[in-house]
Amino acid sequence: MVEFRDLGTSPDEVQFRFRDDEPVDHGTVTVDSCCDQTNATAVRIEPGDDARLLLPFLDRLALVEVNFPSFTDGRGYSAARILREAGYTGELRAVGDVLIDQLSHMRRCGFDSFAPDRRLDEDDAARAFATWEQVYQRAADTRRTIADKRHEA
Amino acid sequence: MYKYDQYDQAMVDARVEEFRDQARRRMEGSLSEDQFKPLRLMNGLYLQLHAYMLRVAVPYGTLNSRQLEALADIAEKYDRGYGHFTTRQNIQYNWIKLEDAADILADLAKVEMHAIQTSGNCIRNISADHFAGAASDEVTDPRPYAELLRQWSSFHPEFTYLPRKFKFCVIASEKDRAAMRLHDIGIRIVQNAAGETGAQFYVGGGMGRTPMIAPLIRDFVPIDQLITYAEAALRVYNRYGRRDNKFKARIKILVHELGAAEYTRQVEEEFAHLLSVGVEPPHEELARIAAHFVAPAFVDGPKTLDRSDPDFALWVDRNTHRHKHDAYVSAVISLKPAGGIPGDATAQQMRVIAKLARNYSFDELRVMHTQNLLLPHVRIADLPAIWAALDAAGLAAPNMDTIEDIIACPGLDYCSLANARSIPLAQRISERFAKSGRTEVVGELKLKISGCINACGHHHAGHIGILGVDRKGTENYQLSLGGSEAEDVSLAKITGPGFDEDGVIAAVEKVTDIYLAARADGERFLDTYRRIGMEPFKEALYG
Amino acid sequence: MKILTGNDLRSGAVVWWNGIGWSLFVDDAVDAGEDADEILARETAARRVNVAYAIDASIDAAGHVRPAHIKDRVRALGPTVRRDLAVPTADKTGWDWVI
Repeated sequence: MVEFRDLGTSPDEVQFRFRDDEPVDHGTVTVDSCCDQTNATAVRIEPGDDARLLLPFLDRLALVEVNFPSFTDGRGYSAARILREAGYTGELRAVGDVLIDQLSHMRRCGFDSFAPDRRLDEDDAARAFATWEQVYQRAADTRRTIADKRHEA
Repeated sequence: MYKYDQYDQAMVDARVEEFRDQARRRMEGSLSEDQFKPLRLMNGLYLQLHAYMLRVAVPYGTLNSRQLEALADIAEKYDRGYGHFTTRQNIQYNWIKLEDAADILADLAKVEMHAIQTSGNCIRNISADHFAGAASDEVTDPRPYAELLRQWSSFHPEFTYLPRKFKFCVIASEKDRAAMRLHDIGIRIVQNAAGETGAQFYVGGGMGRTPMIAPLIRDFVPIDQLITYAEAALRVYNRYGRRDNKFKARIKILVHELGAAEYTRQVEEEFAHLLSVGVEPPHEELARIAAHFVAPAFVDGPKTLDRSDPDFALWVDRNTHRHKHDAYVSAVISLKPAGGIPGDATAQQMRVIAKLARNYSFDELRVMHTQNLLLPHVRIADLPAIWAALDAAGLAAPNMDTIEDIIACPGLDYCSLANARSIPLAQRISERFAKSGRTEVVGELKLKISGCINACGHHHAGHIGILGVDRKGTENYQLSLGGSEAEDVSLAKITGPGFDEDGVIAAVEKVTDIYLAARADGERFLDTYRRIGMEPFKEALYG
Repeated sequence: MKILTGNDLRSGAVVWWNGIGWSLFVDDAVDAGEDADEILARETAARRVNVAYAIDASIDAAGHVRPAHIKDRVRALGPTVRRDLAVPTADKTGWDWVI
């Protein structure tokens, strides 16, 4: 299958990945194309896209990239949670202006791979992923919250 | 009041270390200022006119004496001996060094305090009725709900990069003493006919350059779905709030542009979805939190006082508020001495106040959105001793809700956003009215001053509001009338062309002249204004 | 003339470009002329200053540097309402011209 990698990141660009399966090795399509095209398995969400448009196609998707053109635009966090809440189990990759200090929140929202525009310092990133030993809210991960722990039988 | 357990403590401790590392990376150069700014703001650290400024959270305005003493220590150790209490019940320090900031956060963490989310485009410190737990008219103490929201909103993974800042307020009475409907989300805890507790949600209020009064979008959210509903309201905002224009990014613009009905429809849809996902904390959690807010053991006592000292009697009349127990009152500690800087307190004053709280108010204090402090539960019999101690510390100005009790933002004396100074106006007006003895004659009159359009001084909600603007490089002040932050909420209207500093002070006096000449028996300034309208005031100012 | 100002990265203190480095005293400020952008970029990159920018200023008859805009005048001197906390300056007339 011939692929034009005009959209999306390649496995080489992924710096952190929390999955054991083989990464998708071809480009992504836009949300619009994904909805029109019946065979796309990888899609890229831009900040203004409605992630819910993808819900009918989750079964066939193996990779969803969520682009953060600027780290201050937080729409991608909601997109990620919406997909996970709908049962999406494929790779969810944060790409773009992905920086150290957003990693832990992205992880909680369901991202399991990260392809930052600029490679991040490995030590700083490791520290960032481990910042929160405890969490207050339920999110897209399966971590037990502080309130859950307080009231476990 | 609420007490941290090991988990709460672990969270603030982790945050201190996270910020220490972020500050290190900034000072070493791996973080640019653009990258660092949102991170420092989410820890309350601004870069202001003269230095860094640190805003410390006082969740729902509640403090104990040990905490206030720690704030006094910080003022002396890291700042210049004073702090400034804000209109969102927080305290800020004006002369902070970046290299000290993590140490200050560590000192705060030792007394269960922090600066988390006191700025930035995230959910800010939750404010509440400053009389919570003491007011005779509350359905219940609103603070357990505010604390539940505090925990939910702290380090929320989805809502840390919102389009703009986001402010919650929680009250539990018909009377609104916290400007509830001028918040992004205002919650009123209510009971329905069946005696069940729930929450009214008002969404899309705010001040700033486009002031709006929040419409009611849900009359009753069952209390065991409070967090889920808040999450739904925030998710709709995070996805659809405007990000193309900073000045249109607050939720009030989204609600206004969509219309309250359509916004509500979207929230209800998201709410139904999130109920199926299950994001609500276990219901035992609310009970656990509420147990921290059980009313202290009030004891019966004298209900009358020796009022032979007229200064004392005036202070009692002005600065004490009815309590749910009739042998007690709540006592307002004015941080508005005539000619003083509204909201400022020295370290020594903080220590005096902390001691009073420990000795006379079950170790509890409140920060009021009016930039005053409050002893919520004091025995009527203890008032003479409290007043004497306050008077000796310069803290007994008898002026609550009078024209001397001015809300003023830091303005151009401190703030990098300001266009004009606010504090000198407040100083001159309070001094003038105190000297002429007109304060008492005029009675309740809420004067609020902002040094720029961001409206931190709540000028839209002032009975009289003053907005400082920059007119060709000089300070100019617009006057407005008829605002209210209370249950009779309204937005003030501009009188006309602006004034210079002397001019606006004279204009305030003229406005009070018109009021005194026109008022009917028992009318407050605001009532008279609403009855006679803007015209007579305009005529006096510009005619 | 064009002078340069910013805040010290670590302390946050208001600083002024004196031709060699950053001074706490506005009277030390020098005309940066056409080099302003280059100096700002270099000094910011080296983290010797934070959030720095160029402003208009003039020199009065007594030789004191006066920023053109009220905001920078307040920055140069300190809060007008807390003169006890003012930046120590040789210009005793500062409070006369700040506003």
